[in-house]
Amino acid sequence: MGYGLSWDLAYDVQLMFSYPFMVNAFRAGTIVAVIAATIGWFMVLRAQSFAGHTLAVVGFPGAAAATWLGVATGYGYFGFCVAGALVIAALPQHTGRNASAEQSAVIGTVQAFALACGYLFVSLYKGFLSGMTNLLFGTIVGVTNTQVLVLLASAVPCLGVLIAIGRPLLFASIDPDLARARGVPVRAVGALFLVLLGVAAAGTSQVTGSLLVFALLVAPAATAHKLTSRPSVGIAAAIVLALLATWIGETLAFFTVYPIGFWVTTVSFAGYLSASIWRALADRVGRSPRVSAPAAAPAGARS
Amino acid sequence: MSLQSERFAVANPISALADMLAHPFIVHALLAGTAIAIVCGLVGYFVVLRGQVFAGDALGHVAYTGAFAALALGLDLRIGMFAATVGAGLILGLLGGRSIADDVTIGTVFSWVLGLGVFFLAYYTTHGSTSNGAANVNVLFGSIFGISTSDMWAAVAVAAVLAVAMLTIARPLLFASIDSAVAGAAGVPVRALGALFLALVGATAAEASQIVGALLLFGLLAAPAAAARRFTPDPWRALWLAALLATASVWAGIVISYVAPALPVSFAIMTVAAALYAVSFLRHTWARSAASPAHGAVM
Repeated sequence: MGYGLSWDLAYDVQLMFSYPFMVNAFRAGTIVAVIAATIGWFMVLRAQSFAGHTLAVVGFPGAAAATWLGVATGYGYFGFCVAGALVIAALPQHTGRNASAEQSAVIGTVQAFALACGYLFVSLYKGFLSGMTNLLFGTIVGVTNTQVLVLLASAVPCLGVLIAIGRPLLFASIDPDLARARGVPVRAVGALFLVLLGVAAAGTSQVTGSLLVFALLVAPAATAHKLTSRPSVGIAAAIVLALLATWIGETLAFFTVYPIGFWVTTVSFAGYLSASIWRALADRVGRSPRVSAPAAAPAGARS
Repeated sequence: MSLQSERFAVANPISALADMLAHPFIVHALLAGTAIAIVCGLVGYFVVLRGQVFAGDALGHVAYTGAFAALALGLDLRIGMFAATVGAGLILGLLGGRSIADDVTIGTVFSWVLGLGVFFLAYYTTHGSTSNGAANVNVLFGSIFGISTSDMWAAVAVAAVLAVAMLTIARPLLFASIDSAVAGAAGVPVRALGALFLALVGATAAEASQIVGALLLFGLLAAPAAAARRFTPDPWRALWLAALLATASVWAGIVISYVAPALPVSFAIMTVAAALYAVSFLRHTWARSAASPAHGAVM
């Protein structure tokens, strides 16, 4: 936006929130940060970050088609992301980087085709080419009250379901075989989680854009996994980190000419980098007493 | 492209073809597209064989950022693209040997690289003296119909160099890809070859960005190669078939977009490539179910 800082912080904050679009951007960003960090934490634990990325990419043609048809983009994001999640859940397992050569080629083809379809819808809706940058890389302007309500209405049941399945999901993510033996419906829990991931990816896409979801969906959660292996502390840390990245990103996007996509990715990446360095130093000095050694292992596990 | 010429096209396909080829931009697109598609097919075959499709995706992000860094500095965007992708390919290749990076790290790093590209885009559009409003779309989704004569020859020359380089290292690379331990023992410099190959993938990514764009190029690397691998188990035949299928996708895409101008050409190319893969998949599945169970068990 480039409003310029006055160095009077109270005045600057007041100025920022005097714009209704900034209030809505912060409301939407806050909702998205909470849901993205929580679901992202489980996603990193389950090594499904590329499924999350694919779902977000699938959201782009959804949003573009919604714009072309004159519907709110939110419906396109949610519709396509959740449908994509159901398709991935129905497919045979392994959709990450550890997939076989053929499977990664299929994922690549599907992603490229989804982006191509998004481009088609954007060009069918003539005169919207500048809006495409917003769909791909995020924007802080133009978040409506309805959009905030839709985000809230999707986030609350999403978190409710996650709390309900949290314990079996954690069990199934850490040791699927043992969980199955204990009677946890591993496949069903996994499928339900993918749907939640679809909702989270759709919400995150509306803040960071379809191409930069890693910034909120993956980076804060991965940073938290580097810092602690305890689920409750880790999820709380991920939420704090995601909120910080969103709020700082939105503030900087307001006061500079550079867009939110750049700021949010930069803040998240800085956090992840610092945590990685801290982790490496801590491992070198000796195991820190509060963090058990395999803390970050599930995130990086290629299984 | 007028209504009359389309009616004419139905009546006489030969003269409709001559009509189409009378447009210089179509000829440029076909020549440059063919050269680039052949390289994409050849390089893409090894990308799929080595399971490095995500590296292709990452290098597409790098190509975007490199292009806008160059534009922000006032250079030709191709200089930035080639420098960034070849450099990133070499770095990926040299790091890859130690397998230090997991998917979360790689995803986060390249997401930030793309965020940096958005920064350069904003810098370029706010500070740039020459306003080039279509630059963003052209870099993201390609501009094969906007290729000038000199651009075309440059693209063909670079493609020729890349194809020769790829074919030169093809035999040892195939060996190293299928069994790196044995290849290493036999004296193949596996690590250096891997880094050189990723540098080639980087240069190919920069080339392919010109026709299908930074976002779709990994589809053009992956889809024809994956289809070729389903059509034939023989590596050399699959290698050439990948080049052939990539070329067919580009030609068909150009013709479709010419006949139906509402469809963007990179969408048409990507759709044909994805359809070719779908056909190869269905044919394979069908052949497997038709074969006796004993034969089916082989795959």
